[in-house]
Amino acid sequence: MTDAESLGWWGVPIAVLGGALRGGTPFLLVSAGECLTEKSGKTNLGLEGVLLIGAMTAYAVSVNTGNPWAGLLAAGMAGMVLGFIHAVLAQQPKVNDIAAGIAMIIFGSGLAFFFGKAYIQPVAEQLPGIEFGWWSSHPAIRSALRICPLFFFGVAVVFLMQWFFESTRWGLFVRAVGDKPDAARAMGISVWGVRTCSIMAGSFLAGLAGAYLSLYYPGSWTEKISGGQGMIAVALVIFARWNPVGCLWASLLFGGAQALGPALQSVGISSYYYLFNASPYILTLLVMVLTCTNKKQLAGQPGALGASS
Amino acid sequence: MDEPKPASVIASATAEPPPEPLPPPETQPGDIARERPPARALQWRSKVEALVIPCGAIAVALVLFGIFVWTQGANPFAVFASIYKAAFASTRSFENTLVRAAPIMLCALGTAIPLRLGMVVIGNEGALVMGGLMATAAGLLVVEAPALVVQLTMAGAGMVAGGTWLLIVGALKHYRGVNETISSLLMNFIGIALLNQAVNSWMKDPSSLNKPSSFPIPEEKMLTPLGTTDVHWGIVFGVVFCIVAYILIHKTTFGFQIRTIGANIRAAQLAGLAVGKVTLVTCFIAGAAPGLAGMVEVAAVHGVANESLNVWYGNAGILVAFLARQNALACIVVSVMLGGLLASGGILQRSHQLPDATILVFQGIVFLCILYSESLYGKFSIFQEKKS
Repeated sequence: MTDAESLGWWGVPIAVLGGALRGGTPFLLVSAGECLTEKSGKTNLGLEGVLLIGAMTAYAVSVNTGNPWAGLLAAGMAGMVLGFIHAVLAQQPKVNDIAAGIAMIIFGSGLAFFFGKAYIQPVAEQLPGIEFGWWSSHPAIRSALRICPLFFFGVAVVFLMQWFFESTRWGLFVRAVGDKPDAARAMGISVWGVRTCSIMAGSFLAGLAGAYLSLYYPGSWTEKISGGQGMIAVALVIFARWNPVGCLWASLLFGGAQALGPALQSVGISSYYYLFNASPYILTLLVMVLTCTNKKQLAGQPGALGASS
Repeated sequence: MDEPKPASVIASATAEPPPEPLPPPETQPGDIARERPPARALQWRSKVEALVIPCGAIAVALVLFGIFVWTQGANPFAVFASIYKAAFASTRSFENTLVRAAPIMLCALGTAIPLRLGMVVIGNEGALVMGGLMATAAGLLVVEAPALVVQLTMAGAGMVAGGTWLLIVGALKHYRGVNETISSLLMNFIGIALLNQAVNSWMKDPSSLNKPSSFPIPEEKMLTPLGTTDVHWGIVFGVVFCIVAYILIHKTTFGFQIRTIGANIRAAQLAGLAVGKVTLVTCFIAGAAPGLAGMVEVAAVHGVANESLNVWYGNAGILVAFLARQNALACIVVSVMLGGLLASGGILQRSHQLPDATILVFQGIVFLCILYSESLYGKFSIFQEKKS
């Protein structure tokens, strides 16, 4: 944060912009994954566990092979395995998918901490960043505009997902399963198959987000690396009204809000440091209070969400 | 307060659309519900089922966990023996277990009671932290008073703070339709941030350098251990709170209203129940329990409010609430078991070279198996009552 200091007050918006791009990327990938999952009618709170498993796997594979891209792929695969367990469990009759998600958080974080203990010390090869700040001599601007390719991948994913839901046959299947599973079943769609695929694909994206955390920003493996981002993604999706492109804006807003506390501290406003650090959570709660209603279903909300199967 | 009407009255009063019939009061809420036969004399089969299925799930979890530690090069039987030894074998270790069980028990009620309403509230951690923070603040305000007054003030402040914390969640759900799981989750983060902010600024004891803390509650004003043991009063609070919650839910009119709303909220509204009032009061009671846990942690263990309050007791409580199938009495037993499990984390590291996260893996496997077993009720014909 010494970089921001040299810019004075201008450091704050630049740090927030950098935070939006850098800190928002994991939110973007996780919330896109959660959006796909919820569109099929199931909630996956367990993405928090997937995030930790992804972060640990990516770091371990990168340490052992020296190839961060192999780590990235391994993280996605590990996420899919956890996603499959969640899909099987959450689709059992009488099993609450929120409870299943909490169980997956405990199980996933347990596994990640268990196998990750050996990797807290070693240094892993990091994912590369693309320099968009080459025109500036300011290190703060340069570091804010050093963007990981995964950010562009995430942006592409949300626009593709939007198109997928609106214009493709498979997207229609997912929405049908999420809105009216009985009608979908009558159409001959396998509800179990569609939901399992959606949950696994969503978990793959969350695994990538975990890899981003340990291999790009903050760029190390610790047990506190996810800080609840996987659970916050569920709130982000509600915030974004189950709209993939909305997830992009919500994630950028969140990433920026997260960077606010440290940025203000660097220009000398440190008296409410801890409360500013909680600003993403306060912001989400406020937005939910202002936009939710108990009179009718929210626009875009899948009809079967929260119903027992 | 209106007496809830029997199902037949509701059915006849509203012809269109036909409401779902009100389930019998013994039935569990929501999707965890299962049908029970009407004749009381024949219920022993379902009672056996309710015992065999969870025990079977735990047995499967033990086997899976055994395989897991075996693949990691440890002897599973030696690991189980170590866990038992560290948790229950000696008086000293059992006392340690009970000290951990007390806050878990109280936190479990924070999830178990709203589950009866059909609400999945996971805000125990936040309620515990707020309870601990407010109890400390209140205790410091009356610190000159006799010990009993200080302790009662702290307990009251902790319960009110925790209760208010979850009351907000219930109010947001009732008035604005905000998903209670998400809002309680966010409230956890906000509560922890408030604690950190308070002990780093307004309540900071300047002499606490390494770990910013509040000013301490004097030693002589803290909760004393029970007799000659190391166990403190928290376990008594926990057991009493669980028993009171059980009686409230199962033996009172108010509890019947809670279970009616949990079973079918539409039917409850049609029956004229004050759904909002019941929801808010229930959430307040539920939050008071983890709030009291926060007070106990300050008044009996730490003596100060600091980040040590936030050590996952709240999350352990969520696990207990589901394992105990929301039964407040079962919460006591399951909390003691989990307390023992948590107490054994150190020994696995020392004697078996397993990381302390091993216990977390074990908890995860048990939770997954228990949840899966929920779907097995009614699947085994041997437990079905024979139709006469």
